[in-house]
This record gives sequence, C-alpha cells and structure tokens, in this order.
Amino acid sequence: MSEPVYVTGIGVVAPNGLGVKEFWSGTLEGRSGIAPLTRFDSTGYPARLAGQILDFDAAEHLPNRLLPQTDVSTRLAITAADWALRDAAVDQAAMSDYDMGVITSNASGGFQFTHGEFRKLWSQGPQFVSVYESFAWFYAVNTGQISIRHGMRGPGAVLVAEQAGGLDALGHARRTARRGTALVVSGGVDSSFDPWGWLSHLSSGRVSAVPDPDRAYLPFDTAASGYLPGEGGAILVVERADAVARRQAPQVYGEIAGYAATFDPPEGSDRPPGLRRAVELALGDARLRPEDVDVVFADAAGLPELDRAEADAIREIFGPGRVPVTAPKTLTGRLYSGGGPLDVVAALLSIRDGVIPPTWNTTDVSDDHGIDLVLGEPRNRPVSVALVLARGRWGFNAAMVLRGIAGGADSVRV
Amino acid sequence: MSRRVVITGIGVRAPGGRGTKEFWDLLCSGRSATRTISFFDASPFRSRVAGECDFDAELEGLSPRQIRRMDRATQFAVVCAREAVENSGLDLAVTDPHRIGVSLGSAVAAATSLEREYLVLSDSGRRWLVDREYLSPHMFDYLIPSVMPAEVAWTVGAEGPVTMVSDGCTSGLDAVSYASDLIREGTLDVALTGASDTPITPIVVSCFDAIKATTTLNDEPERASRPFDGTRNGFVLAEGAAMFVLEEYEHARRRGAHVYAEITGYATRCNAYHMTGLKRDGREMAEAIRAALDESRLDPTAVDYVNAHGSGTLQNDRHETAAFKRSLGDHAYRVPVSSIKSMVGHSLGAIGSIEIAACALAIEHGVVPPTANLRTPDPECDLDYVPLTAREQRLDTVLSVGSGFGGFQSAMVLRSAGATV
Repeated sequence: MSEPVYVTGIGVVAPNGLGVKEFWSGTLEGRSGIAPLTRFDSTGYPARLAGQILDFDAAEHLPNRLLPQTDVSTRLAITAADWALRDAAVDQAAMSDYDMGVITSNASGGFQFTHGEFRKLWSQGPQFVSVYESFAWFYAVNTGQISIRHGMRGPGAVLVAEQAGGLDALGHARRTARRGTALVVSGGVDSSFDPWGWLSHLSSGRVSAVPDPDRAYLPFDTAASGYLPGEGGAILVVERADAVARRQAPQVYGEIAGYAATFDPPEGSDRPPGLRRAVELALGDARLRPEDVDVVFADAAGLPELDRAEADAIREIFGPGRVPVTAPKTLTGRLYSGGGPLDVVAALLSIRDGVIPPTWNTTDVSDDHGIDLVLGEPRNRPVSVALVLARGRWGFNAAMVLRGIAGGADSVRV
Repeated sequence: MSRRVVITGIGVRAPGGRGTKEFWDLLCSGRSATRTISFFDASPFRSRVAGECDFDAELEGLSPRQIRRMDRATQFAVVCAREAVENSGLDLAVTDPHRIGVSLGSAVAAATSLEREYLVLSDSGRRWLVDREYLSPHMFDYLIPSVMPAEVAWTVGAEGPVTMVSDGCTSGLDAVSYASDLIREGTLDVALTGASDTPITPIVVSCFDAIKATTTLNDEPERASRPFDGTRNGFVLAEGAAMFVLEEYEHARRRGAHVYAEITGYATRCNAYHMTGLKRDGREMAEAIRAALDESRLDPTAVDYVNAHGSGTLQNDRHETAAFKRSLGDHAYRVPVSSIKSMVGHSLGAIGSIEIAACALAIEHGVVPPTANLRTPDPECDLDYVPLTAREQRLDTVLSVGSGFGGFQSAMVLRSAGATV
C-alpha cells in the first residue's frame, strides 16, 4: 500500500486574487480578473480580453537581486512558492536538503523577458543580450529558482503539456514523494502577455473575440465562443503522510488520492478520446467509485465541440446530472500550466469549506450536455471528494482526485 | 517482483552522420564533427563553432505538411522515433495504444522557429512591435511547445501519458527516467522516449556568448570541444536527438526483442546554488550517482564505464571530476571516463539521450568511446578520460551523468542484458 500524500500548503497568484484568501473570496463572490489588456497597447488586436494580475508588485515580495534576472512569470512563481511554504509552516533548516524537491509545470517559459532579448539581439547586436537570458527564458527556470531560494536539493523536474501539465507536475510530485522525497514544492505558473506572446495566443484560433468581459468566456454555454488566456497559477506543498506527522504540519488541505494522464488518438481516428479513460484511471488509482465524487472541476475549454466532449465524458461516467460540475476559471481565464494547480486549490478549499463555487458568467447550458453545472451562486454542500480535469491542446488529458481528511492535520499524527 | 525496464530500440540524429550506425562509427573513430557555424553568418558572435547536423527532412521521409508545421527539433524527434521503432522490431499494430506513452526531453524546444517567426513579425528586428499581419498559424505551438511530444505520440499511436520534460541540459536523462518510472509503476508497457534540441540559432548562440559559457576556439573548429583538457575554454553548442523504445522486460522478452540494456537506476538532485554556477565539490552530483547506484543495488566498484557530462567548460569538468571521486571513491581513478561531447558537441537537452544511446551501444559493442581532443592534461582533472582513442572492453555496468543550468544533476545506471537476466 502506497503512503498517502497530502497538500499542506498553498500559494496562489491569480488574476482575481493574490493569496489564498483573496482568491477564494473573489471566487465565491464572483470577482473577475478578466479585463482588456493593459500590459501593452492592445489597440487594434482582434481580441483584447485576458486574465491579468495587475496588483502584483514584485519589489514588494522579492529581493532586488532577483528582479533583473527574472521574467514576470518567474517572479510570480517564486512568490507563490514562498507563500505556500509559509502557509505549510515549513522550516527548511529543520529538514534534510535532499528531502525537499521542486517539480513544476511550465508552458511558455520567461517569454516576455526573452522577447526583450530577441529585440536587443536584432536591433542592437549580440553583445547587448542579457547575461541572464540563458536561464531566464528556459522552461526549467521556476524549478531552479525555487530550489535555490529554499535550499531544496532533492529531485527537480519540469513538465510541459499545455494546460494539462500542471496536474502532471502534481502527479509526479506525489510519485516523487512516495519514492522517498518527503516534501515536494509543486504546481505551475505562467505569463506571456507581451505583444508577441499575445499574438501567439491568438494564433491558436481559440481565443474569444467577444469584447464584453462577462460574455467572452462562457464554457458549456450555448453562446460559447472560445476561451480567454490568463496569467498566474498556484504552487503547493505536497508532503508524504509520515513527514506531515513528524513535523506536525499545521494543516492538511487534503490528499492527492488519484491521478492519471492519457492522450487522445490522432484527429480523424475512430477511436474514442482519452478524457473518460483518464477519469476512470484516476478514480481507480484512488480506489473510489464515481458515486464517491462530490464535485467535478471541469477543464472548460469554452469551445462548443470541446465542451461537448467533456460533458459527454462526465455524463457517461457519472450519469446525467448526477454530480455537480463547475468551472470557476471563468474569472481568471485559462492559465496553462497554472490552470490545473489553481483548480486543485479551488477543489481543496471546497472540501475545507463545504461550498462549491459556481461557473460565473455561464447562464444558458444546453440540455444536451446533461451535466449539473453549478451556476449563478455558490452551492453549499459537504464535499469530501473532488475531481479536477485538465486538457492540453493537441490531446493531453489529466485527471486528479482530491480527498478531504476527516479531522484534518490532527488525524495525521504519529 | 518489481517491473524492469529495458531499451529495445534506438534512433539517433547527431552531428557527423545520419542514423545510429554512423553515430556509433563516429564515436569509435575519435573524430570530432564540430565545425564553423554555417546556418547563419556567425561573424558577429563570440563563439562561432557548433555541432551542426546535415539533416534533410524530405530525405528523412517527412511530408511537406509535416515539414511546414514542425519545428526542426520536432522533426528530429519524429524521425528518431520512427527509427527507434523500426530498430526495435515492435509491431505497433498489435500493441495496445493505451499502454504506449511518450516522454520527450527538450531544453529550448522550438527556439529555431521562435527566432524565424520573430524575424518575420518584427521585420528583422527593425520595428518595435511585432506585426500580426505576418502571424504564422503555428506560432502557438512555438510559444507552448508540448506539440513536440504530441507529434511523437501521433507517429507511434500512443494514447497513454504523453509529456515533455524540460529540465534544461539534463532533460535527456530525466525524460527517459520519467518514461522508465511509468513503465515500472505499471502505467505503461512501452514508451517512446528521448530528447531533441536544435539550438543553433542566433538567440541561443548569443545567450551563451553573454555568459562566456561557449568556446572561443574558433580557429580550430574540429578541435574546439576538448573536455577535461587543460586548454578547454567552453562548450561547443550542438543539435541532435535520440529516441528509444523502452519496454517492460517481460513484454520485450515475450516478443523476443533484442535488449540493448536495462535501466536499473536513476536519481536527480538540485544543487540549489546558482542558476549557472557550480560549487567545486560536486556534492549534489555525487549524491545523485550514489542514489542511482543504490537503486541498482550496486557498489561503486561495479561501474565499468562512466559517460561524463564533460561539457568542456572550466568549471564543469572539475566539478564533475570531484563528483566522481566523491561518489566512486578510489574506483574513480580506475574506471574509464569519457565525454562524447568532444565529438558531437553539447546539444543541451538532447545530449543526455544521445549519451544514453552511446552507453547502450558501448555495452552492445564492448567499446568505450574516447574523449577526442584531449591532449593537454589538467592537474585538476586527473582521472582516466580515455583520450583520443576508443578502447575495447567488456561493459556490464555503465553510469551516465548530466548537469545543467538551474542546478540540475542527474545520474543513470544502465546494465547489459547479460548482466541482469
């Protein structure tokens, strides 16, 4: 029997709230982080709405030394990790350095930073390229910076699978904890809102061009017109049960009880898509049945055919309307590597507080979907098991099962 | 009984030859395939040598559509994946797609395409803002490069877990270990895994120029990569890829597959020291080596050959030498250690997989590849680095290590089929 692995600390950097408290109150009250882009002059772009983090002052949270060498995404990631470790009351000095690892997901690296360096290279010359470019850009940057900042010398890794990668990172963190590393800092944070990054998002053809912030990203709605990109994400402290007990961690948000990833068959294949199988494998991994699940946090692509495919999978597994489904990411946009981890945070807080946040903005759900999408206002009900789904463009599927711990941290004592 | 993981197929594209056989011939010859950069005018750059591949996508069997949409690194990965499958004799038609996964390593992923599109969008850097009139429909996949493992998955029909591992210069070791984990835990029976990087493009050349990590031995391009040599002054940037068919041992045995080697152990550690700097003591790499041997249930004395990271930077080669002494003790002085980067350069995330291929072939042929261009001893690098000439020797247990920006230190132990069965 594998040792249980718990989440003991959370750090959130989201467009609708910095920190767990702000994010959660915003999510329950419907405070949206969606607005026209202000990071650069977006006049004239065919789509201008995004989930931006506008109240983050890096200098407030990070030493000056780190500012010139980091992209905005890395500043957010380091800060989220700081907050998660503080939340979990981890005393790094009291732990062996090899017993702490860092496993993150990343989708676009330090993109804004590197755009600046491309510009210097081609408008001024190679000698103007920053000495920091070699490591501020690459996808491994957040894991490296977090491990350095906290003296964590256990395993480090970085996974890239578009929006599914964040759950893969948490799944690998659990694997790594079970294989011997007591504590793993894990999750994902992304940001790429400079003109080039924004154009790249638009090139997917999936970004909603609807100009009304409350009507642009409407997953499962009959008016679904695409999604909105967002920035930020969440970093979590993932810890093996024996370590939680030994150091008497102040809280346990829940157990990462199940995880699985699958990949869709190629376009045009007559084989079924892989999301349903990911859910079944994750439930099997958690030794739970569909009827044990109290809420599903949907991937919520916001495109009619993808919403339909997800609704089909949920309906086939749970039965029509048998489980509440929600997508609070309408307030943040899709965060790429940060999306899965932020949904895991929302799921854990639903378990803690017995309340399911609604899918804000979506109002008109097609009956054909056959799902009980939580709409309009939070739904109060006890939640002990939550399922989080994430899909990445081109066929990545990931599913994660979170389970509440009766009695919280007190029940995980030696 | 725990599940075991073996390599049953290999596909390589590296400088100096096309395919696995030419790659191995190059390593045995001790010749170096690095040359003056020909892909663009490198005259304004500090370092102007590289390990370039003469890669012809059309000749490699990619369709015009595939060539248009895939970044160069993706093309390398797909071509190597095909070759690995063919080499393994695995019949994909009778293999359950749900039990096949992909784990692809890459450090800088679509760098080549990013730079090409940047030049289009910014009118060669002359305009302050990028111009959306010229936007490529594939730009999203260069921003977020997880399409790379997706393309490999489509090539082989994988429907199990598919991911990209991007840990900088240890990606090639770490991606294979990730796939190995999935097989060992029972999630997969077969994985297409390996790594690909094609970073010979001005932005990558200039970012290593900026920190003086790459060599300035521009006048002797084929002698510029000289790991462990007293006159070394930086690594030689390169491109390449290697992909493997990894299989659960019983799965391979049942179909009578040829087994190149078993992956018996792996570990990775962060040095938590500096994004580009290395402490001299090699402590974390030594710990990764110790843990990888531990997992293999082997003593340091069992190691017959060490495939070094050996990048040819001043700090790496002495850091690594210290790590070998720290982890292997006296045996470090007796075991042959070599760096194939002396011949194929340093292809960032890809090299870890290319080096695994070298290890598997070294076991297969009983030959230790040499460290080319090692002519001047460095008092701080005082191990047996197999200078200049390959050595015939029976190899049962091989250790391969990698070290990269961000502080990543990884080690993998491979054993011959004969040693483990």
